[in-house]
Amino acid sequence: MSNKWAIALYVLPALLLVLGLIYIPIVMTGYYGLTEWNGIGAQKWIGFANYSTLLQDGIFWKSALHSLLLAVFSCVSLLLYLIVALILSGQIKGANVLRKIYLIPMLLSSVAIAQLWLKIFHPTNGVLNSVLVSLGIDNPPAWLADTSLVLYAIFIPILWQYAGFYILIYYAALKNIPSSLVEAARIDGASAWQIAFRIKLPLIMEVIKVTIVLAFVGSLKYFDLIYVMTDGGPNNSSEVIASYMYHQAFKSFDFGYGSAVGFFLLVVCLVATWLIRRATASKDSIQYS
Amino acid sequence: MNKKAIAPILLATGLSLVAAGCGNSNSNGNASPSSSPADSPSASASSSASAAPSDKKVTINMMHLWPEGSSAQQNKIVNQIIKEYQNEHPNVTIKQEVLENEQYKSKMKVLSASNKLPDVGMTWAAGYLQPFVEGNLFAPLDDLLQGELKDKFVSGTTEAYAVDGKTYALPLEFNITPVYYNKKIFEKYNLQVPTTYAQFQDVVKTLAKNGVAPIALGNKDRWTGSLWYMYLADRIAGSQTLSDAINGKASFKDAGLVQAAKEVQTLVDENAFNKGFNGLSNDEGKSEFMNGKAAMYMMGTWELPNFTTNQDVPQDFRDSVGFFKFPTVDGGKGNIDSWVGGPGVGLFVAENSPVKEEAKSFVEYFVKRWGEQSVTDAGVIPATKVDTASVQLPQLYIDLLNEMNKATNITLFADVQMKASAAEIHLNQIQALFGKAVTPEQFAEEHDKAIKAGQ
Repeated sequence: MSNKWAIALYVLPALLLVLGLIYIPIVMTGYYGLTEWNGIGAQKWIGFANYSTLLQDGIFWKSALHSLLLAVFSCVSLLLYLIVALILSGQIKGANVLRKIYLIPMLLSSVAIAQLWLKIFHPTNGVLNSVLVSLGIDNPPAWLADTSLVLYAIFIPILWQYAGFYILIYYAALKNIPSSLVEAARIDGASAWQIAFRIKLPLIMEVIKVTIVLAFVGSLKYFDLIYVMTDGGPNNSSEVIASYMYHQAFKSFDFGYGSAVGFFLLVVCLVATWLIRRATASKDSIQYS
Repeated sequence: MNKKAIAPILLATGLSLVAAGCGNSNSNGNASPSSSPADSPSASASSSASAAPSDKKVTINMMHLWPEGSSAQQNKIVNQIIKEYQNEHPNVTIKQEVLENEQYKSKMKVLSASNKLPDVGMTWAAGYLQPFVEGNLFAPLDDLLQGELKDKFVSGTTEAYAVDGKTYALPLEFNITPVYYNKKIFEKYNLQVPTTYAQFQDVVKTLAKNGVAPIALGNKDRWTGSLWYMYLADRIAGSQTLSDAINGKASFKDAGLVQAAKEVQTLVDENAFNKGFNGLSNDEGKSEFMNGKAAMYMMGTWELPNFTTNQDVPQDFRDSVGFFKFPTVDGGKGNIDSWVGGPGVGLFVAENSPVKEEAKSFVEYFVKRWGEQSVTDAGVIPATKVDTASVQLPQLYIDLLNEMNKATNITLFADVQMKASAAEIHLNQIQALFGKAVTPEQFAEEHDKAIKAGQ
């Protein structure tokens, strides 16, 4: 492997793909963001005009707030997943089966999940409202049409979709802790709480940090269920940054502005990643032995 | 030694790939009106070739959006027409590329960015067509309108494809928008078909009181709600005021137009629409009507097969569907024979096609044959006039075709008329209006702003 040419040979295909499919388009998106372009005609250089529009665009900030809310909800729900993983990794019966059940939503495609939840949330024939009516609630809300509820209603399937993924990550990390450590603690008289909080959690802290970044950034750029289920509506009340970008570029055919929104989103994601990494950085990482 | 030789080659090919990628994207950016294809050598070559079109072998590439799976009948007619044409013109081969609607739209974008549109393809009217015309990608087809097709089109249909007095596509479909209603539900509650808006209001109130959703609406798609607003605007403020406002010649703050927006909200308050309409897609809204849960449904005549010939829909239901014209409003300026509607897809010929003349004569042939077959074979109403006396059709079709011939005015769907960015704001405002998130005055204000920005 000391042969430089050989290294180049192995690295090159992947490098070209990454360059061609990711980095070059990013640079081009950055450039388009500085133009006025309808996707067909000439591009007109307008400098930072798109960005100054962006800063004054009420709907953009509304969708940014929604994205942020989703990110916060995702991070908070990580706590729940962690608890589930802790319980599963303990010696409980049927842990294996439960783990697989939790993972099922992840195996479904987003569109299938969207269709499933559209049926659940249907205002008159939906499972949810049928149950509510049979419980004696006369006028249950129309979940996806109510501007004050739709965002939270749609968060549920989004969080549900990824629950299995995070539970699996935590579960694997917890299973990776050498049982000798847990046994030693138990012999020393540590309670279950102490084992969980003093032994297990510190040992998987690195994994937790990674999941926080994944959940936060993943939520900021989230698109699929929102696009299929509500398309950002009604009245932009479930619009997120990515769906707003899509609407600007592919519905209003304002590719310049859409690119600006996209590039802004990229910057926000990078900054968020950097901030989270910084905030959770610790000087000494804990080792198993 | 070998390894050393291979790597630079790979590197070089790799780099050239990247360079080629950049090159392409550059030409994307330069696909501006200035690089007009009209004066490119290929175009001039074709016009000289057109002098003797019959003996040269030509291939016409055609792109359309009726795949065998989802639009079987349309697909069959297209194939049939192509076969006939090829038989009559043995030197012409027509190659088809078939894509589904959304994919078709994306592919049009990509192809036009690199100036590689097919010789013949499909486009939508007005707002969709505009950028292609500005980019000099479509050829004017006015000479075809003076030939065999003269006076064959329903009036008002080709105009939707005209920019600055030149027609850039010939429409294949034409639709108007009646209000369909379920006769059985009307009978059950002893209701009459309304001819005035006051009667319509009574119908709505009676149905709502009895726990039946008066109107099926899926307003997640937004253009569905736009139809209701447009009719109210047409009936209260008049067709001219509405068209002027959409074209930016008048303000949406016109008292009649604001009144129309108010009426929309009144209907919402009366529970005229099915529950949760703003969160339901058109298909979900429609299913309320098809299930017999909602009594009325306003939709284009493209739905007619579902109410007449479609064997998948229960006969019982199909027999109970009738239609009425949107009622007139007392004191309003609108006429009951004024319709909201418009042509669907039309055929264009690419400006830089090397076989432009051949493509044009194919389009002429296609439009003519399509007009003769589409309504009887596929239930699609063509933009060319149909002689209702000579065709075998379900009564609902005959009635509506006769209405079309009687129509005093046809206002093109607002979102089709407007430029993409203004249309998007119009549609969002419609959803907000129905959701009572804006007042009628704000609604008017936003429209004026959007249309001004687009000019």
